[in-house]
Amino acid sequence: MAIVFLSDDPLQDVGELGARLQDPERGALVTFSGTVRGSTRGRRVTHLEYEAYRPLAEKQLRAIAEEAGERWGVTCAIAHRLGKVAVGERSITIAVASAHRAEAFEACRWLMDSLKTTVPIWKKEHFDGGAQWIEGSDTVPSPSSSTHNS
Amino acid sequence: MQVTVLLFASYQDAAGTDNLRLDLPEGVTAAGCAETLAATFPALAARLPAGRVAVNAEFADDRTILRDGDEVAFLPPMSGG
Repeated sequence: MAIVFLSDDPLQDVGELGARLQDPERGALVTFSGTVRGSTRGRRVTHLEYEAYRPLAEKQLRAIAEEAGERWGVTCAIAHRLGKVAVGERSITIAVASAHRAEAFEACRWLMDSLKTTVPIWKKEHFDGGAQWIEGSDTVPSPSSSTHNS
Repeated sequence: MQVTVLLFASYQDAAGTDNLRLDLPEGVTAAGCAETLAATFPALAARLPAGRVAVNAEFADDRTILRDGDEVAFLPPMSGG
C-alpha cells in the first residue's frame, strides 16, 4: 500500500500525511518535508514553479513507493506540490512507516534521492529580474513569463 | 503518420511551445523523432541528448518504434523535490 499524489494546492502538514500510515505493527514513522528556500546559489528567490508530466510522474511516484515497500518492508506516502510555490511553502512531503526505525530512515532518504532523478518533475527558480530551470545539475536561463504546461 | 510531441521545462522554452504534431515516416524510432525535432528547433539539438524520452506515458528508449497517434514526451534531466 502506498499513497502518492501531485497537488496544485498547498500540502498538508507532513504529520497528517504520516498519520495516514498508522498501523499498530509499524512502530517507526520517519517524515521528510521540503520547503522553498529564500535563497539559492547566492541569489534571492521570489518563488519556485514546479511542472510535471503528470501521468508519468504519478506512475513513477507509485513505482518508487512500491519499490521501497519491497526493499525495506515499509509503507510510504509521498505528496509533491506543483505550480507556483512561495518561499516557506512546502514543495514535498514524504512519510515512511515501518516496524523498526532503520528501514524507515533508509527508505525515506532513498525515496527522496530517487524522486529527484526518476520522477518527471521540474523546478523553475524565479528571481527579481529573471528565472532559470533546474535540470539535474544544470541551470538553464528562462524567459520569466509563466509556462503553460503542467 | 503523425505523433504528438510534448516538451517540458527548458525544452519548451527552446521550442517556444509545449506541444506539437509531427509528421514522421512509418517505422520511425524515438531517436528518429528526436532528430526531426532537433532539425525543426535547432535550439533543442544540443539539449535533447541529456534527457529521456517517454512514449504514451511510459519511459522508452532511442530504439522504441513509434506508431500513429503516439504521445512522445521529451524529458530534460529532472529536478523535483
